[in-house]
Amino acid sequence: MILPELGHWALILAFGIAILLATVPLIGAWLGDRLWMGVARPFAVAQMLMISAAFAALSLSFLTDDFSVKYVAGNSNTLLPWYYKLSAVWGGHEGSLLLWALILSGWTLAVALLSRSLPEEMVARVLGVMGIVNVGFLSFILFTSNPFLRLLTNTPTDGGDLNPLLQDIGLIMHPPLLYMGYVGFSVAFAFAIAALLGGQLDAAWARWSRPWTTVAWAFLTVGIALGSWWAYYELGWGGWWFWDPVENASLMPWLAGTALMHSLAVTEKRGLFKSWTVLLAIFAFSLSLLGTFLVRSGILTSVHAFAADPARGEFVLMLLLITIGGSLTLYALRAPAVKSRISFSERSRETFMLVNNIILVVATLTVLGGTLFPLAAEYFGKEVSVGAPYFNLMFMVLAPALVIFLGVGLSSQWKDTRPGVLLKQVPLLAVVSVPVAFVIPLWMGELTFSAVLGMFLASWLIMATVRDVQHKCGSRGWRVGWLKTTRSFKGMVLGHLGLAVLIIGATLVSNYTVEKDVRMTPGDAHTLGDWVFRFDKMDHLQGPNYLSDQGHFTVETTEGKVVGQLHPEKRRYVVSGNMMTEAGIMAGLWRDLYISLGEKLPGDEVWAVRLHVKPFVRWLWLGGLLMALGGTLAVMDKRYRFRRSKPAPQPEVSSSDASSAALPGETS
Amino acid sequence: MKPIRKQRLKLVMFIVVGVAAAVGLALYALNQNINLFFSPVQVVDGEAPLDQRMRLGGMVVKGSVVRSDSSLEVRFDLTDYKGTVNVVYEGILPDLFREGQGIVATGRLNDQKVFIADEVLAKHDEKYMPPEVQRALDKAAQTPDATSDDQIGAPAGAQP
Amino acid sequence: MMRRLVLFVPLVLFAVMALLFKVMIGHDPTELDLARKGQALPDFTLTDLQNPEQRWTQADLLGKPYLLNVWATWCPSCRAEHPVLVDLAQREGVRIVGLNYKDDRAAAQQWLVKLGDPYALTLFDEEGRFGLDLGVYGAPETYVVDAQGTLLYRHVGVVTQDVWRNTLAPLLNGPAGGSQ
Repeated sequence: MILPELGHWALILAFGIAILLATVPLIGAWLGDRLWMGVARPFAVAQMLMISAAFAALSLSFLTDDFSVKYVAGNSNTLLPWYYKLSAVWGGHEGSLLLWALILSGWTLAVALLSRSLPEEMVARVLGVMGIVNVGFLSFILFTSNPFLRLLTNTPTDGGDLNPLLQDIGLIMHPPLLYMGYVGFSVAFAFAIAALLGGQLDAAWARWSRPWTTVAWAFLTVGIALGSWWAYYELGWGGWWFWDPVENASLMPWLAGTALMHSLAVTEKRGLFKSWTVLLAIFAFSLSLLGTFLVRSGILTSVHAFAADPARGEFVLMLLLITIGGSLTLYALRAPAVKSRISFSERSRETFMLVNNIILVVATLTVLGGTLFPLAAEYFGKEVSVGAPYFNLMFMVLAPALVIFLGVGLSSQWKDTRPGVLLKQVPLLAVVSVPVAFVIPLWMGELTFSAVLGMFLASWLIMATVRDVQHKCGSRGWRVGWLKTTRSFKGMVLGHLGLAVLIIGATLVSNYTVEKDVRMTPGDAHTLGDWVFRFDKMDHLQGPNYLSDQGHFTVETTEGKVVGQLHPEKRRYVVSGNMMTEAGIMAGLWRDLYISLGEKLPGDEVWAVRLHVKPFVRWLWLGGLLMALGGTLAVMDKRYRFRRSKPAPQPEVSSSDASSAALPGETS
Repeated sequence: MKPIRKQRLKLVMFIVVGVAAAVGLALYALNQNINLFFSPVQVVDGEAPLDQRMRLGGMVVKGSVVRSDSSLEVRFDLTDYKGTVNVVYEGILPDLFREGQGIVATGRLNDQKVFIADEVLAKHDEKYMPPEVQRALDKAAQTPDATSDDQIGAPAGAQP
Repeated sequence: MMRRLVLFVPLVLFAVMALLFKVMIGHDPTELDLARKGQALPDFTLTDLQNPEQRWTQADLLGKPYLLNVWATWCPSCRAEHPVLVDLAQREGVRIVGLNYKDDRAAAQQWLVKLGDPYALTLFDEEGRFGLDLGVYGAPETYVVDAQGTLLYRHVGVVTQDVWRNTLAPLLNGPAGGSQ
């Protein structure tokens, strides 16, 4: 088969095209040459075609079990079903980088196709910057991590075993979604760099990059939620967030991206915070790159870190220096340092959005600090780890501040809010929320500080959102009024409600989970909360490539009504000898019942068993989905319909004192 | 211009105070929640503090794992071949926990120098053992057997 | 002017972070071996993997330079490098001594039957004590030892044809290691 060589050639061609894309349009924009600028779009298309071809070649090598390719031999074997073979394409280092490049080319193509209304110069610069990023990644693949390398001697007859943890539907979808988010931030980044290069930091670039940012953010949200869900059911111990460096690596761009999304709204609507927004755009994408770096270089030991290869680490570091260092230098030199003359009062929505933006950035830096601290300490010869309590404490302080200001912000107006309004609205939110904050925890069980706080915040946020909807509906009534609102407003409402749902889930599951490690033997029963877990029997089964001890449990209510059967398993994968804990889960909107098998203890069929009752755990991922749905709804707003040659709009400024200041002339 | 300036100043002050508070909190939280890593020999030599949350890493001594008959309590010895510490843990051990395997336990030392673990980790990645464990083992291996003040008198090169 | 300077803050913060990364990448496992380079192989008495009755000490290995390859059946990368070792042993006649590290004897014997045995002999280090003395960080690792039993080099990770040609072969066949 010559397929891998074809794939390799396609990749080299793509690299060449990316170099052209990274240079010609940018030079064209600099010289004002329309012809040179005009090649950006065709190059973007060609680049996508070539990388798709390379990716298809690698996928086919996997599907046809071509173990002469080293990467295939290392990550797949003949026993895998076709869909796991396909997902094994991005199961390892080299392939996941290729997926990264593919997705980046996809975003580049999307920008090329959907940017008809943009000035030619802007398009040329944006595509050029995305080309630069792709040159970096493609050279990383070609020079250090080529997936098409052949094993020249001794082609194995079968490949190694794919880690059983990775043989799972959740993990098939997790990396592509996450990468869609990571890489999607490259669009906002490219727009920001293009604006800096062109010196046109007006509200227009914010308007253009807004939908792109929102889509990327929605993907990242789903990706993170999926990862958390996977860890919950597949790692087998009922945790849903571990503050693992790799999880942190995906959370940081999400927090920065959330800040960016909101800051872009202010920049577009009011022409404010321009430098800040540009910085956030650089920040969000840099953190995505950093996330890739932290994972790929193996610099932080973690469950996921593969390929602890210093040469690759050095290469990624070079890439980071060029992209992040370069863009921050450009920012320092060209961002407008002139004070904006647009005024807003301290009670305005702008103020609250700014405050929340800063809270989000502080949260990002908190995570960054906690993740990198062990590395810095190691440099000074100390071996430390930063435990989850650090992150939990920080978020217990930052999240309430964020939500409180969010509630107030939703009650405020642009530019200025009449003094009486906030004084009237805000106490109203508190009056409703305080009882809720006590009633729900009391109903769930024990009254704890964090439960009261969490429920207060959720209620506060929901009330503020509802009140905002009511205000928007005005006198038209709820139904008609709601239908009249724009999709981007609906999206915002949904996003904020999603956050509230997430807070409810996180609060209740952290406070009211009951779990117990017990010794059990068939016939035993244990009562946990309102449920009785009965251990009926133990089966010893043989799976396709594993041996399994499968427990049979019946769950009843304390009154003796049978709720259902659970079948937790302990598997031993024969080839690799890996042990796997497959939890038995009964999912529900209000609670999950969850059993994991520990080890077999001395004695006849005596097992260590962990029983959990996890209230509202589904709300975590439901909240994530709602947020992503909100983002999707927002980009479907009418004003983002791409129309030909629509002039770039001016920011909405109506008050007389500000109208003259929002013009592009502000840049230095 | 004046009132705007005053407002801006207030906002900036507010943000500066807020961020400073957040940074202060982060430093405090870090200080409270970093877990220092110790090796068994350091515990034996009395270098590890008692009753403070810390991590202890080493190899599980073969044949030392004892399960209680009535509860989930498990006792085992953790060694770096220089010193050995008794560890008590109640609960379910990770799938990769095996005798002769490198693990990291988080918990506290009681006054009998028994390590009361509340978490036992065996890394999922089988290729390498946790680097801290390996480094601790390395250090222990490189210190000459006979000397007693081996930690301070460690030969040059023991510390990478 | 002040405001312009403020814009440099992110760049400076990033530079500090990049510096930390730079230092810590160089800080990686391979550096550990520098201390032991040029020293003699540590003492050991280990049984043969195939024959538990047969004991080896470092004196038995003197006389010809060799590669000491640390491997185990639990190590996926060892599987990846194994064909390269077989090739080196068969085609180029390289003398490779195996160190089966913290492994199961039966599983390791099986492995060699299935994948081929490139080793002149294989030491069985069940407890990993010799590995510890040697400063093994993980598997696979490959050491170059000369005819006098001196450690010349350590390679961490998989041996490839490139690594062999460019790094290991010159050391093994170099003046210090040449036996004829």
